[in-house]
Amino acid sequence: MCRLAAITSNEYLNPMECIGALETMHEGHDGSGMGLILKNLGGELAEFFDYPVLSGICSKDGLYTLEEYLFHAGFRLKHQWRPALKPVKGIKRRDHYFAKVYDYPEEYEDRSQEEKEELLLQTRLTLRRMGEENGSITVFSFYPDIVTIKEVGDPLQLGEFFGLTDSRLKAKIIFAQGRQNTNYDINLYACHPFFVQGFGSMTNGENTAFVPIREFLASRGFAGYSGYDSDSEVFTHILHYAVKKLGYPLHYYKDVITPLGEDDLARREDSEVLSLMRVALRPLCIDGPNVIIGFTPDGSCFMVHDAKKLRPGVVGGVRGRVGLVSEECGLESMVPERESAKGIFPMKYDMVIVSPGAQEVRVWNQLYGWTTIMN
Amino acid sequence: MESAVRLDHNHELTVKDLPYIVTWREDRCKRCGRCTAVCPMHAIEPSVMVRREISSEDASPSPKVTRKTVVVVRQTTDIERYCTGCGSCTLVCPNDAIEPVFNPQHKFLFHKNPGGHPYRRGGRRNDPRESTLDHLKFTRISMLTDPALDAGRHEFRIRTYLGRILPPEEMPFRVKEGKLELMSGNSRFVPPVREIYPVMIGSMSVGALSPTMWEGLAMGVAYLNEVDRMPVVMASGEGGIPPRLLKSRFIKYFILQIASGYFGWDEIIRAIPDMADDPCAIEIKYGQGAKPGDGGLLMAEKVTKLISEIRGVPQGVDLPSPPTHQTKYSIEESVAKMIQAMSMAFGFRVPVFPKISGTRTARAVLNNLLRNPYAGGLSIDGEEGGTGAAYNVSLDKMGHPIASNIRDCYLDLARQGRQNELPLIAAGGVGKKGGLAANAAALIMLGASAVSVGKYMMQAAAGCFGDEMNRCNVCNIGKCPRGITTQDPRLYRRLDPEKVAERVVEVFRALDVELKKIFAPLGRSTELPIGMSDALCADDADIAQRLQIGYVC
Ligand code: SF4
Ligand code: SF4
Repeated sequence: MCRLAAITSNEYLNPMECIGALETMHEGHDGSGMGLILKNLGGELAEFFDYPVLSGICSKDGLYTLEEYLFHAGFRLKHQWRPALKPVKGIKRRDHYFAKVYDYPEEYEDRSQEEKEELLLQTRLTLRRMGEENGSITVFSFYPDIVTIKEVGDPLQLGEFFGLTDSRLKAKIIFAQGRQNTNYDINLYACHPFFVQGFGSMTNGENTAFVPIREFLASRGFAGYSGYDSDSEVFTHILHYAVKKLGYPLHYYKDVITPLGEDDLARREDSEVLSLMRVALRPLCIDGPNVIIGFTPDGSCFMVHDAKKLRPGVVGGVRGRVGLVSEECGLESMVPERESAKGIFPMKYDMVIVSPGAQEVRVWNQLYGWTTIMN
Repeated sequence: MESAVRLDHNHELTVKDLPYIVTWREDRCKRCGRCTAVCPMHAIEPSVMVRREISSEDASPSPKVTRKTVVVVRQTTDIERYCTGCGSCTLVCPNDAIEPVFNPQHKFLFHKNPGGHPYRRGGRRNDPRESTLDHLKFTRISMLTDPALDAGRHEFRIRTYLGRILPPEEMPFRVKEGKLELMSGNSRFVPPVREIYPVMIGSMSVGALSPTMWEGLAMGVAYLNEVDRMPVVMASGEGGIPPRLLKSRFIKYFILQIASGYFGWDEIIRAIPDMADDPCAIEIKYGQGAKPGDGGLLMAEKVTKLISEIRGVPQGVDLPSPPTHQTKYSIEESVAKMIQAMSMAFGFRVPVFPKISGTRTARAVLNNLLRNPYAGGLSIDGEEGGTGAAYNVSLDKMGHPIASNIRDCYLDLARQGRQNELPLIAAGGVGKKGGLAANAAALIMLGASAVSVGKYMMQAAAGCFGDEMNRCNVCNIGKCPRGITTQDPRLYRRLDPEKVAERVVEVFRALDVELKKIFAPLGRSTELPIGMSDALCADDADIAQRLQIGYVC
């Protein structure tokens, strides 16, 4: 199963902190790839937090096509981060890796946030389509304050390859995943974390309810619910759907993907809502084992399990710096100063939510409600 | 001297023309007469034969002739009294002396139309081949990357919903202090939804079934609900249900059917104010898989005192239901208004859904229902469904198989993103070869929310003799040898309702275990795997292509 390491903090961190954590869980990933999402960017991208960043990989031809397209669509390049690549044995270098910061087309200046997000989504999907067939363009995200990096190889070696150790690329929230490839081909689009309109998540496990969930999401009439090269992509989309489309508070994500049984449900104060929800959202009920680590646009991070996940992930840290990892050794490497006995292993009914800036950690239990662990 | 005409027996059939030939062993028969008494068709009768025996007891031949008159059991060749192969005679014979044997060369259909009346019968399609459902198997086995579940110990939720489900976007929720709550003032009608077991007992009417059979099924269903906590429901078929049951709290386990004859509905409507609970749902019957385009018919022999009271009609008259709801003149009338009227009659607290026979036009009906906010589902009855009485030609040649019909409808719903809003109920030939759990699970993975079974229950719970080689299948004439489809007390007393109930419970318990045995290796336990088509494959490439699933060989 893939290994997951996420960190959320009140200061800018180097992505290597997460990659180092992946390294401690090495036996769990096979070096078939790494995915990295940085949110709340620091370093050279900090000042552009309001502008959309396009992250991806291109061939020479692809880059030309991409730039042409964006230029004609009215996007103006403001800044670009390109990794200082170092040759590393075993890692196949592609032509261009980039995080390009754009300004919105002029006519979008006064448009609503919704319209802007829609434009970014459509643009990303169009670029993806343009480059998918010949592999000339791969785009992972196009959204303000988000950078995504994905490549095939061992995480530590990739960190070196991208020169991340001395990079000025920093962020307050970093999500990293080391892959254990269970898809048949290694496809970068199948690599977690996944992202859509401010929501991101990564998972380990297998989701056997994938097909009905995919069919349900894909038929919601929202272009962003597409892709699905990995069965885990649906977790990100369910998150987006529940929180953004349906407007549910974040902790209801747990009730959507793992609804309570009848008897338990009756004991909840909001049981009427829950029973209607369980019926209406039946196709989104997941079947794991799965641990999901995710973030929302405001910078909250969370970890959640289904009942079949026998080895839970763990959340722990200190105020201002909290790690969310699939194996405890990862936490040891990211936040060594924490009190290790206070690690939170979410169980069947739990969802651990870390507030923006890692100021507070609360556990939402579907049966008993909230417990504040750290504030 | 007999005349030449008499000698050649022209215009008479031979037993070789009949579908079953009764083999009788003279040496074993003790002439007790049980077989001839039990035969529902009077296909065998005691008869006498004169035997001429020539023997010689001396060393040199000195033939002696003796004439003996013996009692035999003889099969008639009267087409109206053909042997149905039911095997009742074999069952009652103390000496294993008699047995019907299928005759593959028979010419039954050539002759079974005397008086210009086409062959009518009960049962289901006489097609012994495997159904499409039996060509499907579950091939996505969880291995290593997603450990398979333990069917014996894991918690499984094998439940489904009946009734219209609002899309999540339309649920009347609002957020207050970080919590979701229902909007006050009930701004939005939330249609009633029942949580039920995904396999239900399909519509078989009180008139078509004997009182003992119906009572047995009903007791079994009540036991499953009250003791085993399995919310299995049963549909009543046309013609209402006994008044005592109507007013009891057990009514919640029953789906009441209204069909084109509206039989029994005066009684139901009158009982509404006194009902202790609501029925599970109302099914409006527009068609039946076994005889598409045909109405129902309860023969006069079956219209006894009890039936006439339940249905609100005189005793001993034929009760035909028209093929369509003739009081309504258009689809808008017959579907929309009917659904609305039924919903209103029960205060919008009861899901109302139509049942149609499998047809290539099912998607048109489906889309019409989608636009009707009161439609609580669509039940489709495929061509292999059973019936108490129909024309043979309807049974054998009319209708649409359920698998592709359900698949088309599900995919149509999924394209529109409404696959969770209007539950599809699949029926018709489920468990044809005995594989109830596998067939039901396959239909669910093709997109059905629930599955309905009738004939399977009759076979498993009451030992119905019928099969696809036209065995028995005389449910229409009121002489059911098992006492299942008859109103003749001498026949239905053969059936012990307690035993039927016991079998119903056993069948559902076993089904539940088998469903878990299917779902567990697929890694599914939290919700019914509706539309999980990646788990299914067909062993026939054409079937796979038609159903848009994988092909394996
Ligand atoms: S098999 Fe049935 S129909 Fe045939 S002779 Fe025996 S009892 Fe009569
Ligand atoms: S046993 Fe009864 S119900 Fe079964 S086929 Fe014969 S007549 Fe019909």
